[in-house]
Amino acid sequence: MATKQPRVIVVGGGLAGLAASVRIAEAGTPVDLFSMVPVRRSHSVCAQGGINATNEVARQQGYSEWMHMDETLYGGDFLNHQPPVYDMTHWAPRIIDLLDRAGVPFNRTSEGRRDLRKFGGSLFKRTHFSGATTGQQLLYALDEQTRRHEAEGHVTKYEFWEFLWPVLDDDGVCRGIIAQDMRTMEIRSFRADAVIMATGGCGAIFGKSTMSVICTGAAAARCYRAGAWLGNPEMIQVHPTAIPGEDKCRLMSESARGEGGRVWVPRKQGDDRKPTDIPDAERWYFLEERYPAYGNLVPRDIATREIFNVCQEGYGVGGGNMVYLDVSHLPDETKHKLDGILEIYEKFVGDNPRKVPMKIFPAVHYSMGGMYTIYATEEKKPVEGDEGQAIGMKFGDPTNMQTNIPGLYAFGEVNYQYHGATRLGANALLSCIFDGLYCGLGTHNRVTNMDKPAAELPDSLYNKYIEQEQAKVKHLSEAQGKHNPYELHERMGSEMTAACTVVKTEERMTKAYGVLREIKEQYEDIRLSDTTSWTNANLGFARALGDMIRYAEATLLGSIERKESRGSHYRPDYPERDDAKFHKTCIAKYDSAGDKPIIEWEDVPCPLVPPRARTYGKVEVSAESAASKQADLDNKPGGEGYSQRPSETSPVYGTETNGKDASAS
Amino acid sequence: MTAATTPTPSSKQKTFRVRIKRQESQGTDPHWHTFDVPYRPNLNIISVLQEIAARPVTAAGEQVRPPVWEANCLEEVCGACTMIINGHVRQSCSTLLDDVLGDDNTLTLEPMTKFPVVRDLAVDRQRMFNALKKIKAWVPIDGTHSLGAGPMESPEQQEMRYALSRCMTCGCCLEACPQYTKDNDFIGPAAIGQTLLFNLHETGKKAAGDRLNVMMEPGGITDCGNAQNCVKVCPKEVPLTEAIAHVGRQTTVHAVKKFFTGK
Repeated sequence: MATKQPRVIVVGGGLAGLAASVRIAEAGTPVDLFSMVPVRRSHSVCAQGGINATNEVARQQGYSEWMHMDETLYGGDFLNHQPPVYDMTHWAPRIIDLLDRAGVPFNRTSEGRRDLRKFGGSLFKRTHFSGATTGQQLLYALDEQTRRHEAEGHVTKYEFWEFLWPVLDDDGVCRGIIAQDMRTMEIRSFRADAVIMATGGCGAIFGKSTMSVICTGAAAARCYRAGAWLGNPEMIQVHPTAIPGEDKCRLMSESARGEGGRVWVPRKQGDDRKPTDIPDAERWYFLEERYPAYGNLVPRDIATREIFNVCQEGYGVGGGNMVYLDVSHLPDETKHKLDGILEIYEKFVGDNPRKVPMKIFPAVHYSMGGMYTIYATEEKKPVEGDEGQAIGMKFGDPTNMQTNIPGLYAFGEVNYQYHGATRLGANALLSCIFDGLYCGLGTHNRVTNMDKPAAELPDSLYNKYIEQEQAKVKHLSEAQGKHNPYELHERMGSEMTAACTVVKTEERMTKAYGVLREIKEQYEDIRLSDTTSWTNANLGFARALGDMIRYAEATLLGSIERKESRGSHYRPDYPERDDAKFHKTCIAKYDSAGDKPIIEWEDVPCPLVPPRARTYGKVEVSAESAASKQADLDNKPGGEGYSQRPSETSPVYGTETNGKDASAS
Repeated sequence: MTAATTPTPSSKQKTFRVRIKRQESQGTDPHWHTFDVPYRPNLNIISVLQEIAARPVTAAGEQVRPPVWEANCLEEVCGACTMIINGHVRQSCSTLLDDVLGDDNTLTLEPMTKFPVVRDLAVDRQRMFNALKKIKAWVPIDGTHSLGAGPMESPEQQEMRYALSRCMTCGCCLEACPQYTKDNDFIGPAAIGQTLLFNLHETGKKAAGDRLNVMMEPGGITDCGNAQNCVKVCPKEVPLTEAIAHVGRQTTVHAVKKFFTGK
């Protein structure tokens, strides 16, 4: 490496990694892009419903970037950092424009403009979509732009390479990575003046989730073990509507409800009639009745808990853990817009959801938490609709979304900044692309001003880390213990799912923490069934398992120590949000001596919107009382509705305010 | 979450047989391993492979190394897990065991034959991605700066482009195509579909000439023998034969124009 040309490494080829690669290459810095799969197969393809942004139609009905920001913060129960959310929501319209220019086949109106759909946590149609496979379409657009830069020599792809460890110099600055070719099993070092982790979520610590096979969280866990902090690792989103399966839980997109799909159970417990034989009056549309304003489009944590509780109370379909998600009443053209997801249900379950209600149950879906990052702020020029001081990130600042390790960045789902305690539907694609485009410039600015480029560092620095990783492989390959890594993973997954998802109690989580310790001990006594040195998937999995256990520990300990309920984090033993004690970021630091997480707390500044109660206009109804209340509701749609401030009473914007209305059309 | 499905009694036998074609790497001879796997309803092929990988003991009781296969999303949108299942090329995530297990109670898994084997069921499909580079499968935008919206588009054209854009580079069409072989240069139906996708876009068509030049070269669209197998095996129902017809016409017009104008 004789050249002094600075380089950036991007780890992960989903939306965040690709957006960063394109932005940085465009700015003139060459990018080395690492991915365990061809980037076109990254997990972003699984996103279905859409991407949120203020648009002209919503704007003329009273919507604004500021309201998008407010919804994001209200949805996140005010645990999100506000300046980055300010910029993300204010940049959203231009991100949609860019994707539009790049050829994403967004659905169109008859006039040829981009069509919109409704999504959770909003009373406005502000979600842009491409059928029901929006993530796939957005990823392809960025994959294509990346391929263009690759063809022009600005981006070098390392596909089927696994990130193993960040290289830190004596000052603790990130100077590159160690990675392994998953085919030849060669372990190599790569120099860089900045490294961006864009490695997504950690679903696999829960065993089955809606996430892809590669979403293990191992890459983030390796950085954590190397000294990077985690932020809010306890904040895990459980999606309300998934199809439980043997190998994974498949997502049934929120767009099904956005287009008018209704969630219901039979009013009578144990009603064993076919769903199509149950008349409307005997169906309990519990979300619509409890949340008259938002109906089926309450945020995901609320829908998930309601579904979970209804099943706990014995109202689940057939008495089991299942409720109906019904789109069978929708007009054909609406169903057509949902083809992508309805096909998935049909293929994997066998029933035709166009005719029969789908059976669904919640599943682990997204990590709001992730690697801890920082940013610089600056005052912005307010735009129309802004209701207070406009503060965002300082554009182009090299610290934007940098971890506590200089030169090591975290973009996309692995970054903890944007979604607080619950992510709103259709905000994930936005946050990933925003990180890449907005913060990518900061990374470029960092590397163009380096005193001592990585190219000039001694080989010994890198060799030390190569030896460390080779030793790990040797240890795993030679282990002759008695435990099977797949079985240990199964046990960890079911324990984490049972203890640390929809309902978290101190007692259950403490037990799970003990089980994790046990699994960690057993992990030291494993045996691989494949010890060859060519495309050894067994080795990769076993190595990742060790990292996943450490990530799971941080998730559990953070959950135990956050003694309050906030967004997705629900503690029946502490059912209220406790701003005095816990309006704070949970920071998990790895104590390498004790091999355990240390939890610390940091205040969340709220320069833009003060926290307010998060109720989504809930009213108390039960299956029995609901029938009589239904009559009242029919006369008074809306309820408390969307509220900017707790003191306001019942402002309901727009007319299509709940799922009941939507489904009647 | 806990699985919500309750097992139903089945008339099927308690175990079924799985035959997997194994190969250590390129250039080594393939061999077969047979496994007996406990039957459960609603298994897909990935679950079967996971079961075998977790406990890789053959029907003869021999401990072997776990099979290698490619997979990621498991919901038929990433295109990774293509293989040959009981003689048919398909995605192993969306193939349900109950739909393919015949009277002989045997599931046979083989790697695709049109690509070099990496190991076992995993193959190297880099040629597909190289083809995308060759045909400039992108919209040549003026960078990522804020430059306003893209071109307006009719719902009809959006529907057509959306259908083409669902291609997940899985390789089923190439496996089924009699003209596409390991050793020739044929670009194959997937890339022809992508050619149309970008030639239809208002900005994308600025590079249409470059794409059609590739289609006129050896290995281009004239190598298509019109067998129409591609469209039959496509898991995403990409209108490949329609695309081949469109691109064929575009290529003819382009060739005539080139003949007269010299560019």
